[in-house]
Amino acid sequence: MGVDTLLLALIDGVSYAGLLFLVALGLTFIFGVVRVLNVAHGSLYAFGGYSAASMGIWFAQGAGSITLSILALILGAGIVGVILGYGLMLLLHRFRDRDPIIQLLVTFGAFMVLEDVQVMIWGTQPYFVSDVMFQMGDTSLLGVVFMNYQLWFIPSVALGVYVLLRWFLKHSLKGRQIIAVTHDREVATALGVNAGRIASFTFIIGASLGALGGALASPTTSLVPGVGADMIVLSFAVVATAGLGQISGALIVALMIGIARSLSVYFLPQFEVVMPYLIMMAVLLIRPQGLFTVAEARRI
Amino acid sequence: MIKRLFITGIVFLAVLGLSVAFPWMRVPLIMALVYGTAALGVVVLLRAGQISFGHAMYMLISGYTVAFLSEAFPGTDGIVLVLAGTGVSLVTGMVLGLFLVRYRGIFFGMLNLAISMVIFTIVTKFYGMTGGSDGMRVPRPSLFGADMDRAGYEATLLIILLILAVVLVFSVQQFFRSSAGEAMASIKTNEDRLEYLGVSAKKLLWQGYAVSAGLCGLAGAFYGLSQGLVTPEAGYWLKSGELVFISILGGSAHAIGVFVAALLFEFVKMYASILVGGSWQLVLGVTLIAIIYFLPDGLTSLLRKKRQTAEVRS
Repeated sequence: MGVDTLLLALIDGVSYAGLLFLVALGLTFIFGVVRVLNVAHGSLYAFGGYSAASMGIWFAQGAGSITLSILALILGAGIVGVILGYGLMLLLHRFRDRDPIIQLLVTFGAFMVLEDVQVMIWGTQPYFVSDVMFQMGDTSLLGVVFMNYQLWFIPSVALGVYVLLRWFLKHSLKGRQIIAVTHDREVATALGVNAGRIASFTFIIGASLGALGGALASPTTSLVPGVGADMIVLSFAVVATAGLGQISGALIVALMIGIARSLSVYFLPQFEVVMPYLIMMAVLLIRPQGLFTVAEARRI
Repeated sequence: MIKRLFITGIVFLAVLGLSVAFPWMRVPLIMALVYGTAALGVVVLLRAGQISFGHAMYMLISGYTVAFLSEAFPGTDGIVLVLAGTGVSLVTGMVLGLFLVRYRGIFFGMLNLAISMVIFTIVTKFYGMTGGSDGMRVPRPSLFGADMDRAGYEATLLIILLILAVVLVFSVQQFFRSSAGEAMASIKTNEDRLEYLGVSAKKLLWQGYAVSAGLCGLAGAFYGLSQGLVTPEAGYWLKSGELVFISILGGSAHAIGVFVAALLFEFVKMYASILVGGSWQLVLGVTLIAIIYFLPDGLTSLLRKKRQTAEVRS
């Protein structure tokens, strides 16, 4: 294997890891507060992608500058995140006292519905809007040409989101309230935190992150029905491997899985799809609660 | 007891009568029974509070075993194929179970999902052996040594499945009431207490896991036989999700619930595809959410509610 292939695989992996991280982050963030693995998160990813693509087409009719294209991505993700996130939150709110398995199944039902709604809106034809990627140009590294979009843009957005979220959780009032509710909802409520409002706020942020992942992915792949179903199992793998509710863990595991996946694309193509699951099994074999979970007290 | 036998007999005859009166109902009825059998496997785990998002893999494994065998040994009887498929799934479940019973909750579910995705991918990628996403054909075998035309074949499958369903419901119900079954239910409530009593929760769960893999395998073999085709799609996580869906709809209170739920599932799916074409998933999803909303404990809760009100009145 040549150094250039390795570099190619590495950069590809990091850019893919960025997307995976954003989606998994949303999932794990929602899980922390609401205690539900949101299956419909895959739909948020798909809707985010489609909506960003539509926005891109709509905006490109005017001039087609980078700023407009980026704006299209963000707007596409934001609209989906807020509307769908709020809708899902309202739906789950009706089932808040039920068994977590039941709540998970409700999100599965929502996922089935959204899958079809997505086909109704955007049809089954592949969508491919990659204007942003070409507007950003390319860079040559060691004789290999990379799109700036994948080389810089996606990883820096992912990292930016990570840093911002960490800061927000640690230093803002609302962020601290979120941590309190994650830790113990009852005690947080007793201390005067409006847990319901915090939950909906978190849900919308998490949903927007999922949609943002989709929006950022849209210029690099073509959108077809079923992208959501594939993405959700991958981000499940990231979340479970990292340990539920672990934000920094999700970043590291997303990098592991992203790089391993793209290395296998170049060197062991048969194993591409299996890679994340093999990593997950290997990690859980050694650490059954995920890489970064702290042991929880047993309830006797 | 006599009343129960009577009801069973009526249901039995009703299903048979329907399939004779409306031949188009045969295939959906067979599918409902197949999915009911598989979901029964998921219910066994559900009793222990564990939810698997990968059990369709046992249907896949068994289905492909049937397809491989009928290709390698043409003329093998359908019953032998079913036994072989179920056996392979059962053994796979026993081996994987050794590793999986160490996990609980989300991790249990996700690991099952991960393994099923690995198997799904292997089946899809090894095109030369498995036919890739086109799947493998299962030529119509003889049943109990008798070659049949399509109508007779389907009718026989339906009868076998019906008898199996009755036997399975009774024996799984018996298992739920046995001490092992009750102990398994307490994995859900409090595993530590169970261990204090000297019962190995892992061993119990392993037994339950093997049973559930075997049931899904049984369903998968019949799935292959009745469809005449197995594709990797049968083991995709969405299919596993559907199995979980059916078993929750049925509720874990009584084993009969899953068959009622599977019937409902199959017919909602069928009518939705007739009425709204491609959007059957939408109808199914809305139905699912509505049922969970109005019947928190699944369809079997209807049964119990009725019984309770009857008791109050008397």
